Amino acid sequence: MMITEPDAAFLAELTGPAADLSSLRARLAAEAEREGLLDVAYRTVGTPAGDLLVAATPRGVLKVAWPTEDPDVVLEMLAGQVSPRVLYAPARLDQAARELDEYFAGRRRVFGVDLDFRLAHGFRRTVLDHLPDIGYGSTASYAQVAAASGRPAAVRAVGTACARNPLPVLVPCHRVIRSDGTLGQYAGGAEVKRILLDLEAA
Amino acid sequence: MPPFEQIVTEHGAVVLRVCRAMLPPADADDAWSETFLAALRAYPDLPPGSNVRAWLATIAHRKAIDRHRAAARAPVPAGALPDRPSPHGIPTEPDTGLWAAVRALPPKQRGAVAYHYLADLPYAEVGRLLGTSEAAARRSAADGVAALRRSYAGQETS
Repeated sequence: MMITEPDAAFLAELTGPAADLSSLRARLAAEAEREGLLDVAYRTVGTPAGDLLVAATPRGVLKVAWPTEDPDVVLEMLAGQVSPRVLYAPARLDQAARELDEYFAGRRRVFGVDLDFRLAHGFRRTVLDHLPDIGYGSTASYAQVAAASGRPAAVRAVGTACARNPLPVLVPCHRVIRSDGTLGQYAGGAEVKRILLDLEAA
Repeated sequence: MPPFEQIVTEHGAVVLRVCRAMLPPADADDAWSETFLAALRAYPDLPPGSNVRAWLATIAHRKAIDRHRAAARAPVPAGALPDRPSPHGIPTEPDTGLWAAVRALPPKQRGAVAYHYLADLPYAEVGRLLGTSEAAARRSAADGVAALRRSYAGQETS
């Protein structure tokens, strides 16, 4: 039979199977970084509390997302709020990944990686600034954090600021618990909050 | 606006096919990188609702032409050059005789085959990219496919 259709065998050979683009993509990420076009780099970091999506601008780490957050939704949010120039580019996050590994292995108490707080504004940002004052292995109540942040009555707003912390683990909102000593809620799940506090108590 | 990573995921393979249709493997990889780097630079200003694949094909087309021009200007070596490992790793696809056959087509036919059959663009868009009418683009694609069919049949029997 005469082949006359555009889906002739040779065209099928030209259009598939899909090539492995991983080395080209890695090269693109490296060149984008060099050209100053990599506005948001991201990667995942495996931890005992699940895989974290970690994203950074040239200024520092911008976002840490728990597995409870859909990665596609997180990346779309970053594209909308920061820049659509978002690429999977692990190299920029080497230090963050190393520090998270050390933390979860019990070998790190304080994070040194640069942070970019542009996703937190106003009082939420003020609250985040005070969280590192709660040392490794200790906790504070929402009311205590509200007082430290200059608005003693804003206990509920502190809860919101913690729940919407764009940089969990690195900025220790897990150390904020209820005044009656119960853990309260956590964006990564109450179970994860327990894991982190047990790790720090060990 | 979707994160650029998603644009690479959705259109990376198509852009590589267009580059491979125009350029030999190592050059095609370079053209792919240049295309996506240029696209990344311009991406925040891309008007909403744009045809992203056509936009990328336009950039790839321009990069391929730049490389052809650069190759034409480059001095021709007097003898055979020794084989050197590519600085870019293993080529992403084997350079079968078929890709070479596509590259050997006259420019208009090659472009029409690449943009219509490999990038799945409508003939009106193909004509715009090639600077010809929609009808001429359709004719070039048909002529190109006919030429490829002959060379493919030749390959199978050889």
